[in-house]
Amino acid sequence: MPGKASRAAFGEALVDLGANDERIVTVDADLSKSTMTAKFAKAYPGRAFNVGIAESGMIGLAAGLALAGRVPFACSFACFVVGRFETIRVSVAYSNAPVILVGTHVGVAIGEDGYTQMGLEDMACLRSLPNIPIIQPADEIETKQAVAYAVEHRNPLYLRLTRQNLEAVHDDKYQFRFGKADLLRAGTDVSILATGGTVWNSLEAAKRLAADGVNAEVINVATVKPLDEEGLLLSAGKTGRVVTVEDHSIHGGLGSAVSDLLSEVMPTPVKRLGVNGFGESGDAKGLYAKHGLDPDGIAKSVLKFLNR
Amino acid sequence: MANLDLAKLESIARDGRVQILRMLTHSGSGHPGGSLSVIDILTVLYFSRMKYDAKNPTWEDRDRFVLSKGHCVPAQYYCMARAGFFPESLLLTLRKLGSPLQGHPDRMALPGIEAATGSLGQGLSVAAGMALGLKLAGKSSRVYCVLGDGESQEGQVWESLMSGPKLGAPDHHLDNLCVILDYNGIQLDNFVKKILDLEPIVDKVKSFGWPVLDINGHDLAQIDKALDQAEATKGAPTYIVAHTVKGKGVSFMENDPEWHGKAPKPSEAIEAIREVVGEPVPASVQPILDELKALEKK
Repeated sequence: MPGKASRAAFGEALVDLGANDERIVTVDADLSKSTMTAKFAKAYPGRAFNVGIAESGMIGLAAGLALAGRVPFACSFACFVVGRFETIRVSVAYSNAPVILVGTHVGVAIGEDGYTQMGLEDMACLRSLPNIPIIQPADEIETKQAVAYAVEHRNPLYLRLTRQNLEAVHDDKYQFRFGKADLLRAGTDVSILATGGTVWNSLEAAKRLAADGVNAEVINVATVKPLDEEGLLLSAGKTGRVVTVEDHSIHGGLGSAVSDLLSEVMPTPVKRLGVNGFGESGDAKGLYAKHGLDPDGIAKSVLKFLNR
Repeated sequence: MANLDLAKLESIARDGRVQILRMLTHSGSGHPGGSLSVIDILTVLYFSRMKYDAKNPTWEDRDRFVLSKGHCVPAQYYCMARAGFFPESLLLTLRKLGSPLQGHPDRMALPGIEAATGSLGQGLSVAAGMALGLKLAGKSSRVYCVLGDGESQEGQVWESLMSGPKLGAPDHHLDNLCVILDYNGIQLDNFVKKILDLEPIVDKVKSFGWPVLDINGHDLAQIDKALDQAEATKGAPTYIVAHTVKGKGVSFMENDPEWHGKAPKPSEAIEAIREVVGEPVPASVQPILDELKALEKK
């Protein structure tokens, strides 16, 4: 598969941003080769800190760095970062320490390593904290712009990144806007709201649905929190049917966020596609097929949801 | 510090014990034992050691203080009020609805609090991050972190003890960081030795690469001298084991696990304050006793 993993785009963006911003530092817990901060560490060894396999300490250290005016990226696999929820909750969120938490290797798409390495509940946990936005970019250009945005955000923030390569869904004129949904394909019959690694799959699904006479709208929800309420309500109001797609548990992620919004403001039927249960080892393609997150699976679920 | 005014510091610490007892009686909940064990350490830090500007709490060249054992924050609130961060009258709002004096330190609610703490085990990591950040920014400010002994059972503490002496090498060693263990020997459920003993704490921490000092945490001159030594130590952060007595100054609270997290009743507070200040009761303290007596009748 061509394209680039969002973790790789992140690693490159950090090196570029670090050249002109001395405040940027990285904190890792022995996964810098995987989170792709190793490039930053090579370019700026005095600003990259590896605390060993000690993620709680890593997040606490990042909080202190942030409170002393640095711009720290605290990076590990999403499950290990958010697994230290209590440290995030108090030392980052409650202290309002402007740490950029970076969780890579999200979802079942990491494949063979299996469940213990899969970030599947990270968004659910972080959605419960009042002041930590969640950004999950869908391709290289969006990732690089989101990283640049994160540096300027100056409040806590979570970046959710993939291990696997992502096909481009944007051209080079794309402008990431924090908190804004990104309409990729206008349609009238159903709103497919997707995030991260499932965005391209959703676009492909829309093409197949078109062959079945279904005109699907596809929206890339890069900012999962806060949701672009106006943009999503506009789409849901137009189509009257919403399908959410994410490589995350269907409990607590994008699907839940969208359901929360719609049930309060504009009750609309919602179908949540994602992972229901634990992940497992296997090839990424097979896992996406199993969980119905590949283009065929998404298209099939949409047709069923629309009673077609 | 050459001009250490011990008598003045002792008087500040004594007033601190009175105010801690008073605050906790008004709030009806809180942690007297550890607040009384840590007050002498905080007195030296706030009144003869740290650089800060109470009127400009975010002054960028200030020293930083992190009370990792956040439940003992009444001792810190007293010091902050006395130093002028906020009016002393605010002390009586401790733990009350709408007060910036939260039950555990809240950075966003109270200027001068450097980090939210109270979920035990996190403060040392945060303090180390501050120390590293200040070094990277070329600042000479120092960072002080007070740890609890029961708290030191948390794994995150040991993560930071492992990395502390190595972080920032080779150009930015954390010799601007000083950790003080308030070693009062008691945690909520029982004596630390009975729950999960820390011994041999000096050897353990030394083996991680920290210079370790072993002092009496109620001897103001010893505390001050240890802080001098920490400041003079280059190339590594310093860890001070401060042996203290839980409930120090109030004989019926001393060394009793029951007084870890229980507020005194007004009559108990009056008895305790009388013991702290001795006879005759100073004119400045009598109104506090009267106030507590009135509280008893409510």
